Amino acid sequence: MEFAELIKTPRADNVVLHRPFHLAVEGTLCLTGHHLIFSSRRQDNAEELWLLHSNIDSIDKRFVGSLGTIVIKCKDLRIIQLDIPGMEECLNIASSIEALSTLDSVTLMYPFFYRPMFEVLEDGWSSFLLEQEFELLSSVTNEWRLSCVNKEFSVCPSYPPVVIVPKSIDDDALRKVALFRHGGRFPVLSYYHKKNGMAMLRSSQPLTGTNGRRCKEDEKLVNATLRSGRRGFVIDTRPLTVAQQARAKGGGFEQEVHYPQWRRIHKYIERFNILQESFIKLVEACNDQSHNMDRWLSKLEASNWLTHIKELLTAACLAAQCIDREGASVLVHGSEGTDSTLQVTSLAQIILDPRCRTIRGFEALIVREWLQAGHPFQQRCAQSAYSNSKQKWEAPVFLLFLECVWQIHRQFPCSFEFNEQFLIMLFEHAYASQFGTFLGNNENERAKLKLPQKTMSLWSWVNRPEELSRFQNPLYEANSLVIWPSVAPQSLQLWEGVFLRWNRPSRFLEEAEEERIHIIKYNKELQARVNTLRRRLAQLQAQDGEVQEEQ
Amino acid sequence: VENVRLLDRFSSRRAVVGTLYLTATHVIFVENGSETRKETWVLHSQISSIEKQATTATGCPLLIRCKNFQVIQLVIPQERDCHDVYISLIRLARPVKYEELYCFSFNPKLDKEEREQGWKLVDLNEEYNRMGVPNSYWQISDVNRDYGVCDSYPTEVYVPKSATAHIIVGSSKFRSRRRFPALSYYCKGNNASICRSSQPLSGFSARCLEDEQMLQAIRKANPGSDFIYVVDTRPKLNAMANRAAGKGYENEDNYSNIKFQFIGIENIHVMRNSLQKMLEVCELKSPSMSDFLWGLENSGWLKHIKAIMDAGIFIAKAVAEEGVSVLVHCSDGWDRTAQVCSVASLLLDPYYRTMKGFMVLIEKDWVSFGHKFNHRYGNLDGDPKEISPVIDQFIECVWQLMEQFPCAFEFNERFLIHIQHHIYSCQFGNFLCNSQKERRELKIKERTYSLWAHLWKNRADYLNPLYRSDHSQSQGTLHPQIAPCNFLYKFWSGMYNRFEKGLHPRQSVTDYLMAVKEETQQLEEELEVLQERLANLQKSQSGNNKVKSKQEDRSKQFGLYTSNNSLANTPQEYSSDLKSFPSRSPSQGDEDSALILTQDNLKSSDPDLSANSDQESGVEDLSCKSPSGGGCLPSEDSGKDSDEAVFLAG
Repeated sequence: MEFAELIKTPRADNVVLHRPFHLAVEGTLCLTGHHLIFSSRRQDNAEELWLLHSNIDSIDKRFVGSLGTIVIKCKDLRIIQLDIPGMEECLNIASSIEALSTLDSVTLMYPFFYRPMFEVLEDGWSSFLLEQEFELLSSVTNEWRLSCVNKEFSVCPSYPPVVIVPKSIDDDALRKVALFRHGGRFPVLSYYHKKNGMAMLRSSQPLTGTNGRRCKEDEKLVNATLRSGRRGFVIDTRPLTVAQQARAKGGGFEQEVHYPQWRRIHKYIERFNILQESFIKLVEACNDQSHNMDRWLSKLEASNWLTHIKELLTAACLAAQCIDREGASVLVHGSEGTDSTLQVTSLAQIILDPRCRTIRGFEALIVREWLQAGHPFQQRCAQSAYSNSKQKWEAPVFLLFLECVWQIHRQFPCSFEFNEQFLIMLFEHAYASQFGTFLGNNENERAKLKLPQKTMSLWSWVNRPEELSRFQNPLYEANSLVIWPSVAPQSLQLWEGVFLRWNRPSRFLEEAEEERIHIIKYNKELQARVNTLRRRLAQLQAQDGEVQEEQ
Repeated sequence: VENVRLLDRFSSRRAVVGTLYLTATHVIFVENGSETRKETWVLHSQISSIEKQATTATGCPLLIRCKNFQVIQLVIPQERDCHDVYISLIRLARPVKYEELYCFSFNPKLDKEEREQGWKLVDLNEEYNRMGVPNSYWQISDVNRDYGVCDSYPTEVYVPKSATAHIIVGSSKFRSRRRFPALSYYCKGNNASICRSSQPLSGFSARCLEDEQMLQAIRKANPGSDFIYVVDTRPKLNAMANRAAGKGYENEDNYSNIKFQFIGIENIHVMRNSLQKMLEVCELKSPSMSDFLWGLENSGWLKHIKAIMDAGIFIAKAVAEEGVSVLVHCSDGWDRTAQVCSVASLLLDPYYRTMKGFMVLIEKDWVSFGHKFNHRYGNLDGDPKEISPVIDQFIECVWQLMEQFPCAFEFNERFLIHIQHHIYSCQFGNFLCNSQKERRELKIKERTYSLWAHLWKNRADYLNPLYRSDHSQSQGTLHPQIAPCNFLYKFWSGMYNRFEKGLHPRQSVTDYLMAVKEETQQLEEELEVLQERLANLQKSQSGNNKVKSKQEDRSKQFGLYTSNNSLANTPQEYSSDLKSFPSRSPSQGDEDSALILTQDNLKSSDPDLSANSDQESGVEDLSCKSPSGGGCLPSEDSGKDSDEAVFLAG
């Protein structure tokens, strides 16, 4: 298919662009296969706006006489308005945008056409391999092994080719366990707590069904992670009733009789369409132009978004507490083990592991616990809060995770190497990107699409020093401790950087950030200068001493 | 009383046992056992209510709520003791004479001269001069010199030049409590001004020629504009109801060239109830997100804050952008009027956003113009219906502005919190009584100390590291976003959950940056010293090569130098300097180092406050406390024996 077929009017002049907190600008609008480009060549105020078609969530058009107006709502939650003279041009442009922003074939997406304008210093596709992770693990314990049982994605289609499992469990056992777990997602190592040797595992629900089926290998596998005489906790992210109902459909949960060393805790985390609706309501509230204070708070409350944040953080704290304070191993799962499970395991690691609070470590966490662990990004992030499509598999699961990280960041502003912009950038790229990183639903699909060969990795770009400097937290001081956030309502705030990003005046806050950077930078400069002078002084003094001795 | 248990709000298991002491001024709780013997001090004047709850098997619970939003739960073993404490506290918390208040016994060991200097720190005459009055439009009037015209006004009042004593006195008779229009803020740039008064006694049709002349005079004092705004900060309905009592508001037909405007800020009773409702939400044991947001909305508190802000923004805009003078009043002109005038001044003039300027602002718009501190904050036992968080709301408005303009204020959040604390503490004389007249009669300045001097002495603790006097945000008028901006108003947990340390960010960016800036300053100094020494050394070395004859002499000199150097500035010593920045080293200590620093700061600046804030038991176990401190996990007490049960309860 040629994109040109979809573009009937590639260019329109005298278009006026409206954005909140900006003056209206007149300029030229161009459509290309992947971008909407608006450029204004006014001498005093030349500017260009490039918008990926895949970033467009919904588009509305209306007419007043022959002047057409298009309102574009983006997946990054921004809303822009374009006034286009000429009814035909406007209609053409609107229908082109509509078609180009809803391409159904992955291989037509921009990452397959994008050619980087920068030198690739490090190929992000191989920056974070599980093998490296395992090497680190092997230096502290030999209780685990790397298994290639899923090499051909034959045991579990949503798992990566290699996984870390207890050393005492062989591949045959793993194959049997996979048959006992939903989607073949057998328990694998998610995190090893060096401090006390406790492990966090994740999986999907066991397929016990109504007649209480059991699997000896599964029991052996999870028990292999326990210290003798100690017990573990199963954190089930469903309420008990839902877990019980799941049995009717062949699913279920670990029963006490078969897992006597494990205690099960049900910690409910909301999922799918409930989350999506909550997301839509919250964004609606944030865009509400009314002046009434009460309506704002009740709409914020009615969206339930912060409730979901609180629930998720609480579950993650609980998992972390079991590991660090109780000295117990933990197995986390919900039904499929691809959404709430990953939220809990990754957030618990942010709390427990200082490495995950560095830029590199956080990237590794996302690769390991989200991309390789098979979170279906393609399905979940197909649409954002403005879409009317309401597909049941769309849900802001990853955004919710990022916001929880932000909430912890806000409470420990000096303990993270990255800043808020880094999290916002990840949110944007998960929904629309020139990079192939978030395409596909799992490693299997990514391999089939040959993404590493055909597209550029987000990490190749982000980890270049010039980009990285934008995402560094000037206040960062490595903090080797476990950080326990508060989850009281008073401690949780709306993530303004995402939800109010386009409809609040941000200048003063940006100035404050610049000031913070300036203070730290100046301090570092002075330190360097003082050190240089000290060295020179010491040198001179030493020389002088020699001279004196000679004399 | 011994063996008293101090309960932690979030957990019955973290109670500490200690001894309770009642002194003439404080309630003191001293922990048993722990090496530090932590103390909790509460001033009697901070106590807002005491509640004796039903006796249980463990003892008799006593709940003390404080005006600085601290809540203390004690359990006293003997019912009889509890009753005695309760009765004593009820009496002690409600003094009937000013002389009983703490400021008359508080002695910070300053001599007489220092005390006098302290009171001179804020000088309103100087302030009016800074604004640019007196000038050809405004003059100081001595019509109220013996409080003869208005007993709640100061003796020195600025009025338009064309307003004669006759006009002033005539106008005062037509205003509630004779609070005639007087200058609050004058804008040097365009002659526009903010004046304040009480409501006119207009009833349904009454007029007063002098009052009309007075407003005319205010308009004439601003030749650039042909009208003035009259802003009535009350809701229209309230103002209309007042007409039946012979009071009311200005009729546009009777006054030439005024534009009349209602703003709709609710009265003190509504505000008192609103705060009460919000505090109930803050006190909930483990509220869900919905409970909290719903309760917050239901209290209406943020709506009221926004109403005050909107009024201030309206006036600042009129003055700065339209160049029009504004007369502000409510009913008596000492509550809402004070709030609105001071918010507008703060927006208009960067001086009020400095530490000193903010003290001046409170002194000008609140203290001197007869805001009834004693009645509103219940310093002496009085009518509970007079109590209302009027200045608390103003302080919160400032905080909301600080959130929106992080670089605009010289002071930080702690400064606001400590001012709020001392408005209720009665430790300093500044906020005693209801008017200047009463304060003079009591000889406050001779008998008590000034808060401003105390804060000024410790100003390093109150600095905002992001403030620079040459930053764009610290220039000119602030323009807060008006609409849609509901989301810009946020719950201030730093104030209303002030003593719930577990709820707050665990690392303070402010303290961190202040430590960095302090270090930067030391580095600058060291850099200078190093450069100087380097230059000297190079000079002397080159001298050494050339003039060998003077070698002996020189080496003597040099020897002196090195010994000085080793004393003054060596790397070793410097690195020990570095270690003195606890907030900078979360890596060295634990994650609560920021908190420790806060408490240290409190200690240095305010012994009384720090004692109050010592609610946390031992910093070393804070990391395990934090999830529970935040009410996060129902299982926070997961003892090794019963963890399952507790976890599942969640």
